[in-house]
Amino acid sequence: MGEKSSAKSGKGFGIFVTFCAMFLFWLLLSGMLDAIHVGAGIICSAIIAFVSHDLLVTQKWDKMLRKSGKFIIYVVWELWQILLANFDVAYRVLHPKMPIDPSIIEFDTSLRSDLAIVTLANSITLTPGTITINIDQEKGRFQVHAIAQKPADALLVDKTMQQKVAKVFMEE
Amino acid sequence: MVELIETILLAVVVLSLAAGVFFMLAGAIGLLRLPDFYTRLHATGKCDTLGEVLIIFGLLLYHIYYYSPGAELSVQLVPVKLLFLICFIFFANPTATHAIMKAAYNTGVKPWKKGDRRM
Amino acid sequence: MIEPEAMLTIFLATALLIVVTIILALYRATLGPEVYNRVAAVNVIGTKTIVLLVIIGYIFERPLFFDISLLYALLNFIGTLAFAKYLERGEVWSS
Repeated sequence: MGEKSSAKSGKGFGIFVTFCAMFLFWLLLSGMLDAIHVGAGIICSAIIAFVSHDLLVTQKWDKMLRKSGKFIIYVVWELWQILLANFDVAYRVLHPKMPIDPSIIEFDTSLRSDLAIVTLANSITLTPGTITINIDQEKGRFQVHAIAQKPADALLVDKTMQQKVAKVFMEE
Repeated sequence: MVELIETILLAVVVLSLAAGVFFMLAGAIGLLRLPDFYTRLHATGKCDTLGEVLIIFGLLLYHIYYYSPGAELSVQLVPVKLLFLICFIFFANPTATHAIMKAAYNTGVKPWKKGDRRM
Repeated sequence: MIEPEAMLTIFLATALLIVVTIILALYRATLGPEVYNRVAAVNVIGTKTIVLLVIIGYIFERPLFFDISLLYALLNFIGTLAFAKYLERGEVWSS
């Protein structure tokens, strides 16, 4: 009985949070504060919150806040990596001889949750010289296309990025 | 003092626009020069993402300085929209690249190896 | 102090250079050896168009263009995903 009621309150909380987020998004995009626009926004965001509340709120609130704090630190490191990646690609493209030596590599991770795998895959795509091809979520296996030998070694041997993502999402 | 801040801000705007255009040009040249489909996606997936984000970031700074003070609400909210656009590009562009690449790999497009003929 | 007219010239130059990159990508989209090259090039053109729309919004000073570019970003992303799924499985919606 107690478990059921707590699950129910969790659902109401999810709907409420989704409604607030959607309505804030509506206000930011429309920028009009008269009755018609605000009323239409309330109706639309109520419908969307009722239909799709389980997509946005999947975890406890305090856990998500703690994770998002670490996530911001990770994003700053990631931006620096993206800048390096762009200079790397521009160098390879504009060099007259094109120093590329593509290969396909595979490695396993211990990450399982959706968000962690999406973050790792997008980070691999944006960092120097590698693009994710295939992901097997049950085994945690990534197939990665590397444009040269050095970025492939960075993923296979150093594993800095996997450790950083695992630290953000605290998977054990 | 105000003029100094203004000059620095405009320099940042122009620099980010120039850097964005440079990266986008590098991506387009890569799309033409690189030998096969997978390596071409390396050029577009990375260079285009950062180039576009840099250009939008420069316009955002310009907007905050020139249009925002004393404007009506819908004009003041434009930087928020541009910020959403930046976040969306950072998430959507690698995902689209990955989707096309996975489709090509699963339907058996052979990757180029060193020494092969250009495709 | 730079006049706003000078900034407009800079924006115009940026927009023209983006159009040049779009033309370069158009070469790959028309002559690209296989369908995947074409899809990738079309996706690239779409994402460049987002930025082009934002810059046009500043050149003509119409805030409406930013809403259009947001919508265009969403549609381009979904279109590319649907195309990739279609090429991979031969159907868009698998039950």
